[in-house]
Amino acid sequence: MRGYEYYKPGTIEEAIRLMTSLEDAQYIAGGTDVLVLLRQKKIKPGHIISLRNIKDLAFIAHHNGLHIGSGTTHAEIERNEIIRRNYSALHDATSNLGSVQIRNVATIGGNICNAAPSADTACPLLVLDAGVTIAGLEGERKIPVDEFFLGPGKTVLRKGDILKEFVMPLFGPTTGSSYIKHTRRQAMDLPIIGVATRITISIGKNGGELRCRDILCTIEDVSNLLARFEDEELRCEDIRIAMGVVAPIPMRAKEAEAALKGKIISEKLFEEIGEIAANEAAPRDSVRGEAWYRREMIKVLVKRSILRSIDRIIRPDDMVYPERLW
Amino acid sequence: MKKEITFILNQEEVKAEVQPEWTLLYFLREVLGLTGTKEGCGYGECGACTVIVDGKAINSCLYPILEVEGKSVTTIEGIISRDGELHDLQKSFIEHGAVQCGFCTPGMIMSAKALIDEKEKPTVDEIRHTIAGNLCRCTGYVKIIDAIKSVVDRR
Ligand SMILES: Cc1cc2nc3c(=O)[nH]c(=O)nc-3n(C[C@H](O)[C@H](O)[C@H](O)COP(=O)(O)OP(=O)(O)OC[C@H]3O[C@@H](n4cnc5c(N)ncnc54)[C@H](O)[C@@H]3O)c2cc1C
Ligand code: FES
Ligand code: FES
Repeated sequence: MRGYEYYKPGTIEEAIRLMTSLEDAQYIAGGTDVLVLLRQKKIKPGHIISLRNIKDLAFIAHHNGLHIGSGTTHAEIERNEIIRRNYSALHDATSNLGSVQIRNVATIGGNICNAAPSADTACPLLVLDAGVTIAGLEGERKIPVDEFFLGPGKTVLRKGDILKEFVMPLFGPTTGSSYIKHTRRQAMDLPIIGVATRITISIGKNGGELRCRDILCTIEDVSNLLARFEDEELRCEDIRIAMGVVAPIPMRAKEAEAALKGKIISEKLFEEIGEIAANEAAPRDSVRGEAWYRREMIKVLVKRSILRSIDRIIRPDDMVYPERLW
Repeated sequence: MKKEITFILNQEEVKAEVQPEWTLLYFLREVLGLTGTKEGCGYGECGACTVIVDGKAINSCLYPILEVEGKSVTTIEGIISRDGELHDLQKSFIEHGAVQCGFCTPGMIMSAKALIDEKEKPTVDEIRHTIAGNLCRCTGYVKIIDAIKSVVDRR
């Protein structure tokens, strides 16, 4: 392996100053993408600047919503109870990304800055309305994560820029979210496609609580539960749908979202929504799956993900048994 | 350019001159001669190189050596007791026939150790999840899971 200098700045400012003063330098966080590229000789930087020792980048904080530092590992996110309950799609993604060994070092910032179309945390961040804070030579700027990706491996980051944190709004008990990663193996696999959804539900004309109380609830399929609530006029107040590996960048299915927002929900409607989302996608053939198959699976997974998100509103305490239904 | 680092390896302080581009795996095997930790893929896929850094299982093939500065590293060589007695996990792997060619075994045991150090009574599901990043081409995993479970059950 060709030699390089390795720097361990302790602050964001120091890292930016180093990066802008050096010719062929590369940031590294957990290094699970960078070390593979180095070994494959796909990159040959003369200088590596490690962000691992910057304390201001690794944190999870809850004030006016959720703040996650870019240097936070997937394992730390996976373990966070509030994220599991209120930002479930992100929990889904981080708990099945790579292996335990990978999750213990790989960071959410690295996953996003690497900008692979298959990046597992991208769709969850899109549906959770995440904003990103970027620190650069001229100070900080904030943009929605929707504007962060430009193409495979391409982002809006300019030389020296550091992705600092992700900020997500608060969501109440009538909102649920989920991410489904469609893979051939159960573990250690990249998605053939990934679908995340977030839905906010309101109940009936008179309002009321969307909770399931009797014993059947713990075993019944969410479709049956939904049928039982039919007379109550459950309405979709808000919806986000995001899809991964169906276009050069992770994308929102905005037409599908518009078609669902404000409607009385039913499983049949979700099937139509899945069709619309599939038409918005532009998947390609690849070793992991063919385009027609990806398109078919979007239909299935959009519906499935919405149902799972609703399930989490109705039965928030049952989330530990996701295998039960899927 | 070489740099000096200090860290704890198997409960003893190590001071060494290292090249910035070395991985922890390279340092352990090629410099210190601690060949218990294996190199399978070198890409984070197989888990044969798993060691424990500050209580967490990691792939040493993807770990830059300069990042272990000030940290505590445990390898398979460091889990036997001072008088040479094997760790419970090692004994259990032998009893259950969970070792065939043995190439995955050090990594498996380090992954399992990180789990049982953190959790008193992990479930079989948690055991399976924990070793998802450790490939074994010989055993079919059943005996490995049995071996880990039996250590948990005896606690
Ligand atoms: C065996 C294996 C399995 C994997 N499985 C999955 C999987 O299932 N799903 C998945 O999505 N990914 C997977 N990955 C890819 C990788 O682990 C993730 O993308 C991970 O989150 C990258 O984070 P990192 O901290 O290791 O990034 P690094 O490798 O450190 O960095 C990645 C890129 O981001 C840049 N960067 C990092 N942090 C910042 C920052 N704060 N500001 C600006 N730039 C930054 C770096 O310069 C680099 O270009 C896998 C990788 C391996 C080796
Ligand atoms: S050698 Fe490190 S994971 Fe295979
Ligand atoms: S015993 Fe041979 S690889 Fe596991």
